[in-house]
Formats: sequence, C-alpha cells, structure tokens
Amino acid sequence: MRYLPLTDTDRAEMLSVIGASSIDDLFVDVPAQARLTGKIAGLPTHASELAVERHMAALARQNLSAGEAPFFLGAGAYKHHVPASVDHLIQRGEFLTAYTPYQPEIAQGTLQVLFEFQTQVARLLGCDVANASMYDGSTACWEAIVMARRITKRGKAILSSGLHPHYVSVASTMAKFTGDALAHEAPTLDAATDIDALIAAIDRDTSCVVVQYPDILGRIADLTPLADAAHAVGALLVAVVTEPVALGAIKAPGHMGADIVVGEGQSIGVGLQFGGPYLGLFACKQKYVRQMPGRLCGETVDAAGKRGFVLTLSTREQHIRREKATSNICTNSGLCALAFSIHMTLLGEKGLRTLATLNHGLAVQAADRLAKVPGVTLLNDSFFNEFTLILSKDARDVVRTLADRGVLAGVSLGRLFPKAPQIGNGLVVAVTETVTPEDIEALANALEEELA
Amino acid sequence: MTMLKEGRPTTPEPVKDAHMAPATATGNRALMLEEALIFEIGSTDTTGVDFAQAPTVASRLGTLARTDAIGLPGLSEQETVRHYTRLSRQNYAIDLGLFPLGSCTMKHNPRLNEKVARMPGFADLHPLAPQSTVQGALGVINELAVWLIRLTGMHGVAMTPKAGAHGELCGLLCIRAALEARGDARQVVLVPESAHGTNPATAAFCGYKVEDIPATPEGRVDLEALKARLGPDVAAVMITNPNTCGLFERDMKVISDAVHAAGAFVYCDGANFNAIVGRVRPGDLGVDAMHINLHKTFSTPHGGGGPGSGPVVLSEALAPFGPLPYTARMADGSIHLIEEENVGEEMPQSFGRMSAFHGQMGMFTRALAYILSHGADGLRQVAEDAVLNANYILRSLDDVLDAPFAASGPCMHEALFSDKGLAEGFTTLDIAKGLIDEGFHPMTMYFPLVVHGAMLIEPTETESKAALDQFIMALRSLAERAKAGDEALKGAPYHAPRRRLDETLAARKPVLAWTEPGLAQAAE
Repeated sequence: MRYLPLTDTDRAEMLSVIGASSIDDLFVDVPAQARLTGKIAGLPTHASELAVERHMAALARQNLSAGEAPFFLGAGAYKHHVPASVDHLIQRGEFLTAYTPYQPEIAQGTLQVLFEFQTQVARLLGCDVANASMYDGSTACWEAIVMARRITKRGKAILSSGLHPHYVSVASTMAKFTGDALAHEAPTLDAATDIDALIAAIDRDTSCVVVQYPDILGRIADLTPLADAAHAVGALLVAVVTEPVALGAIKAPGHMGADIVVGEGQSIGVGLQFGGPYLGLFACKQKYVRQMPGRLCGETVDAAGKRGFVLTLSTREQHIRREKATSNICTNSGLCALAFSIHMTLLGEKGLRTLATLNHGLAVQAADRLAKVPGVTLLNDSFFNEFTLILSKDARDVVRTLADRGVLAGVSLGRLFPKAPQIGNGLVVAVTETVTPEDIEALANALEEELA
Repeated sequence: MTMLKEGRPTTPEPVKDAHMAPATATGNRALMLEEALIFEIGSTDTTGVDFAQAPTVASRLGTLARTDAIGLPGLSEQETVRHYTRLSRQNYAIDLGLFPLGSCTMKHNPRLNEKVARMPGFADLHPLAPQSTVQGALGVINELAVWLIRLTGMHGVAMTPKAGAHGELCGLLCIRAALEARGDARQVVLVPESAHGTNPATAAFCGYKVEDIPATPEGRVDLEALKARLGPDVAAVMITNPNTCGLFERDMKVISDAVHAAGAFVYCDGANFNAIVGRVRPGDLGVDAMHINLHKTFSTPHGGGGPGSGPVVLSEALAPFGPLPYTARMADGSIHLIEEENVGEEMPQSFGRMSAFHGQMGMFTRALAYILSHGADGLRQVAEDAVLNANYILRSLDDVLDAPFAASGPCMHEALFSDKGLAEGFTTLDIAKGLIDEGFHPMTMYFPLVVHGAMLIEPTETESKAALDQFIMALRSLAERAKAGDEALKGAPYHAPRRRLDETLAARKPVLAWTEPGLAQAAE
C-alpha cells in the first residue's frame, strides 16, 4: 500500500516495544460483537494509481464542463478565468498541507495571507473589518442574521425577494429550529428591485433587512435609502454579494450604509467546482467586531519586537467559549481564501476594474443581442454581468433542450423558485470575460429556433 | 586553510559561536527571507493579468458606478509568485515532517487526489448545470456515499455539510426534525466534558440547552452519571468515539441502548474515525448520526484552515430527515437529484437545505480517489497502523512524561500526556515551542480540558518508524530539559521565522486590517 510506510518488520518491533502480542491486543476495548474480523464485504480492495485515475477520468468524461460549451450560468456561481499561477501557488505543500495556524511561529505564511485577505475583502466590500472566511455565501448569510439578532436583541429578519433562493432556504432551515422569524416572498418580474417594499416592511421588531446586490435577477439599486430606513428604527442592513467582481464596477455596500456585508468569494480564484468548496466572505463595521463569527487574524509583535500575526479575539470562538460562542464554525475555507487573495493580488485595483468593465461590456452586448430574438424580453434596465430574460415559454424546458444541443443557456427561474410558476418563463443569464461573441451568437440562434 | 588557486577558500573556518551570528542589513537570513505586505510592495496601478479590450457600450450601471479608490494593490506575475513562495516557506506542513496534532489527523495528502479533483469534468462544472450534463459528478457523490454507508454500517448519508462542525449541525437538525415529527419538544443535549468545543457550540447554535456529563478517572464517559441524567427532556447525547483522551468508549453500545430506551438519539463525533475505519462500524454500536471529516480520515488537505467536508451517516430512524439536495440512483442507473422542486413527493420529511449547493465536491473527488486507492483492505490497515503508531509513542515516552490514562488500556489513534512532573514554572507550552526548534509541529496543547496541561499526540498511519523514533528522541530530550528546569527552553523557539508572539497585545488592541501608516497614526 503506497501511502503506508510501516513494514511487517517495523510492526513486529513496535508491538514488542508496546508489549502486545498482536495488533488485535490494541483493539481490546472494542466490544467483541462489534469487532470486524476481516475486510468489509461488498467493497473492492486496493487499487493502483493508474487504475484509480482511469476510474475517475471515466466519471469526469460523463460531464459537460463549462469550458466545452457556450456557457451562461450564474445565479450564485460564476465562471471566471483563473490565472495559472494561482493554482500553482495554492499547491505549494507548505500552504496545501498545513493546518489552522495554531502555532504562529511556524505559520506566518498562512497568517500573513489571512491578514492581507481580510484587508482586501474589507476594502472590496467597503467595510472596516473582515474575518478569515466562512464556508460559503449561504452560510455566511445565516451567520449575519444571527449576528444581527445578537446585536439588536430582536428576532425578526426581513429577506429581500431578490435574495438567492438557496440562501433563503438555508436561513429558513435554521430559523425553524432557532425560532427566528423570517419574512420573505418570491420575486416578481419587475425591472425595479423590491427596495421600496422592504422599506415599507421595516418595523421596530426588525433585527435586520437582508438584501442581495446585484440581486438574483441581476438588478442593482442604491442601498442608501434602505440603510437609512433600517437605522431609523435601530435595525441593521445586511448586504449579500454573490458576484464580487461586480464591486470593481459598482459602489460597495459598506459605502451605502450596510452594517454587515457577506458574500460568496468563489468568483475570484476559486472556480466552479460543482458548488464547493467555496468561500464565504464576512465583513462589518468596526463597532461590531466582537460579535463576529469565525476566525480573525491580527497583527502583533514577537518577543524580539518583530512584526508578526496571530489568530485573535478567540474568546468569541467555540474552542474557548463552547456553548456561549458566537458560532460553532471551526474549519473554514483557508485554501480558498488563499486562492482569492492571490488572484486579487494579481489583478490589483487596476486589473479588477478592467475585468469588471470587460464583464459589463460583454453583458450589455449579449443583453442587447438576445433581446432582439423573437419571444425574448429583457427584464432589467440596470445590471452588471447578469440579467433576466423573459421567454415566451417555460425556461426550464428551454434550458434542458438547449443543453441537449450543447448550449448551457443560463439558470431558469423555475429551477430556482419551483413554487412560483408565475415567474417560470424567466431565464437568468450571466456573461463573464470567458464568453466570446461566437458564444453569444450561438445562444441567440439556439433560442431563436427553440422559441420559434 | 584550503583554497582554490584563484584564492577562494573552500574549507570554512570552524564556527566558534553560532549564537553570535551578525544581523544582516535586510533582516533576511539566507534561505529565510522576510517578506513585506502586499500593501507595502504593490501599487493600485500595477496588474499581473492582461485582458482583451472591452467593447465600447453605453453603461447600464445607472448611478452606481464605483468612483472611490478601492485600495487594492496589484503585483506583476513574477512578484506575485515570489511573494507567496516566500510566505509559504514560513509555514510548517505535513510535506515537511511529522505534524502530530491530536484529533486533527494530519496524514499525508496523496497528490493523485489533487490531480483527479482538477480534471475539468469535475472542477469546471456549475452546480446548477442541467442534470443530464453532470451525471458523472452525481456519480462521484453517489459512489462515495455508498462507501461511507458500508464502512460505517449505517442506513443513509447526508453529503452536503461543509466541515465537521457543519456535520454536527446536520446531525442535530435531523434529530430535532425526527423528534418534532413525533411531537416531542425535548430541549437538552448532553455533552461529555472532554468533547470538542464545537459539540456544545453546535447544540447551542440550533437552540438546545447544553449540559455536561462527567468523565471517570480512567478517561471515559461516566455511564452511571449519564444514565442518571437521561429523561424525557433529553433530545440527544453527543459522544466522541474514540474519545479525545484517545480511548475507545467500551460502553458505547450500553450507552446507546440506554439513550434509545429514554427516547433520545445518539450523535457520535466522528473526528477520530481514522482509528477504527475498517475494524469497527459505528452502526453496530447503536449510533444514530455521525459526521466524518473527509479532511481527517480520508486525507483531503487541510489547506491552512480548510476547506473541510463533513458528510453525516444516519440511522434508519434519521435518514428520512436529511438535508437537500440528495442524490438517488434510479432503476435505469441514472442519478437523480432531490431538490426543492421534487422534495414533496420524494423526501417529504427532509429538514431542508443547509448550504447553497451540493457540498464540497472538490473534497468528494479527492476522498473517493483515496478510498479507492486503499480499498477495504487498505483502510483496515490504516486504522491498525494509526493505532500502532500512537501506542508506540505512548509506551516509548510514558517513563519520562506523565500519561494519565496509561493504566486504562491501550490508546487508540492518539497518545495523551500531562504536564505533571515538569519543573516548577515549566509548562506544556515550553515543550511545544521546543519541538518547533527540533523541526516538528507541536502536538495539540491544553486539550482535552480534563487533563492538566494536556499534550495530545496523533502521529497517524503515514509516519514511518524512523520518523517516529526521531520524534520520540526529540520529545524525550525536551521532557528531560523541562524536568531539569533548563531555563533556555522558556525562550524557544529560537530557530523559527518568529519568536513567541504576543497574543495578549493582539487581542487588547486588535489590528485586523492594514492601514496606511500616516492614517493609522492620525486615528490614534
């Protein structure tokens, strides 16, 4: 077995040092009826590297990957080009095979990256501080709702109809058990966001309003009036960003009054990966930092006076506070945070703005072209790199048929909101720098034939 | 002195005092290079990425265009590679040597797994792509699920939890949903005092009241105390087995039977499954739910703090309540996804979604490659070698270090020592920092809390006898120095990139983001 270094001679010598006659002696505390005597039936035995690689490659070949087809899926996960150096660097064994940096003297590499990551995320989202990451955007969103409850001591959160429905599902699952009240409705096919309705719904029992920006239909609106309305009654504004590249082009939620900004960082550095591992971003105003969940890295000095970094404010965390912790999170998304940070360093502000401009430009071209297809109407009057088309028939069927023709057309609202058939003709289309003019033509032509 | 003919010395002068090495002008020490922050070396108009020209269009951003300076420095590709390569060299890692963090299972991460996870057919798939285009990916999830079910002897498995603590949450939500389905509103979860901190935090996070169960002097759950506390208000008992003292809970089946008789469920923290995989099936011990850390037992890399992955195996009583999305293999061999759309007909009791998509796909491909490489025979060998290595450490050091449960029988995958017998003023921390200078990552310190100054050592099965012997020799020497009161030990580490760091300062005046020096001063 290629991963196990002990030889039979080693094993015999070690047993004699221990004073055991056989390996079974070491499992003596397992009740006899629970001891398995041989290998578990119905499972194969060990395999060579070549055999395993062949098996996995055969499974991989059964999938149509994003790079093999004209590709327009978004709705919370985006295909962006990741520079080759990102994946090379995250595979350095010193990053890949290290643990959570509990021994800071020999983990300064990871710790400095986390300090840089926190600063990059805080600046991108327009906040004072960010943590060292959460599992993904959806779990970060629920943690923000819990944090708002802790701060305001109120139990009612108002979720925008433009919030990703899976994020709503995650929050609803948890709220069933914690007793938090959540107000939420499915979106309607309007060009404007639901900000006015949210403002009208805020009351003195509200802990927070949760709004996605850009929203699930790709719409964007100034969050400032919503922040003002929330603050007027002592509630918080939680903003959710599922496409961080957008913040190279549009105002940061933190600069429009959001108290907590969470997001999905997958767009930058991480890749699609069929939904995970992803990267939860979590940032807030300085005054709320001690209510934050998750790990935080902070600057300090060593015994010789040199600058260094450590995990800090751990009195919020489960390993110290146990049942009184701000969250149960332990392992987060360290390696994904590294990938994000490296990609962001390669881009820099200049590259991020160029990337965002390119995404927006291609999306505008695509929206204008697709809106010319008979049977297609463009919903949005404002968007970044994602918009909603209203088709003349159920978009779920169109997506399936186009997939059979080798075009990955977008995400249907029927899949996202199965309980809202009234919006079933909606198709969410994302356009990033990976889309070519030929891809846009291919989608337009396929839609034209399908809707004819 | 030996010299080349051009006058260059080829034999060094003998070193008289290594401690007197002069400071360098740069602060660098040969291969150990200091590295500034990107905010100090980069600039906002530098970039390491080139793009095609953007088309000229009329903006659809309305009034929202971002005009402020964001403050994100960029570096060229060469500077980027150098920055992160230099930083990487300030980290310890399994690739460098023994990393015996108890309960964390730092084993070798095979590179085949990395290669497989990067196949475009897995890495470049969108989670909402039409099901007909992702049958191979759903196949990976399903195949791994079958392995996990058979290895544990359980009924079903929830694949979506994103890490161990998220798996704990999944298990407790299943338990709560099952109790509510029978109209039972139990409010208390019992947790042994030796449990990982995530156990009580998870129970509280989903609305339960947490109560401790004491341990016996031999380091196991106090069965009588547990039985006495069981009652109609107890929803679940969370037990780690093998436990955090490194011992197998001999009474596990008796505990499970008692818990079930009281109408409650058994949650098992499976962080230590590595010790028993292939030799014991938790399903045979009466467990109702157990998370499996794929980043521990099944070798997916820890990545400096994640990502993890925490699938939860479930008993027949709990499986109907598991989270969405769920995969199901159909009669024609195709794999079908149960989501919000069809959950009503196919899995009506599911408690709902707990993360946005399918869980940690990138970890599933790695874990499956690892499992297929070992097979059922190799996995059994994994557990045996892990336990053998831990007992070898325990018995090779119990004459110089206090092993509080040495009389309780063999340990499982980890050996536990205490600070008893060290000289006055010397602590576990001194031994840990001494290990850094010896070229090892320290063990888990001060956990579990039931032992004073705990040192919890988990070598894993992927260490050779030679590596263990060197580690034992180093730890023996440190134990002797700490018992003799060698003051020099209190200054360790001397040879790491940094000396001991001031954690009190970091917490008292938190600096959590970089600020331009002028601005930082102005703010004070």
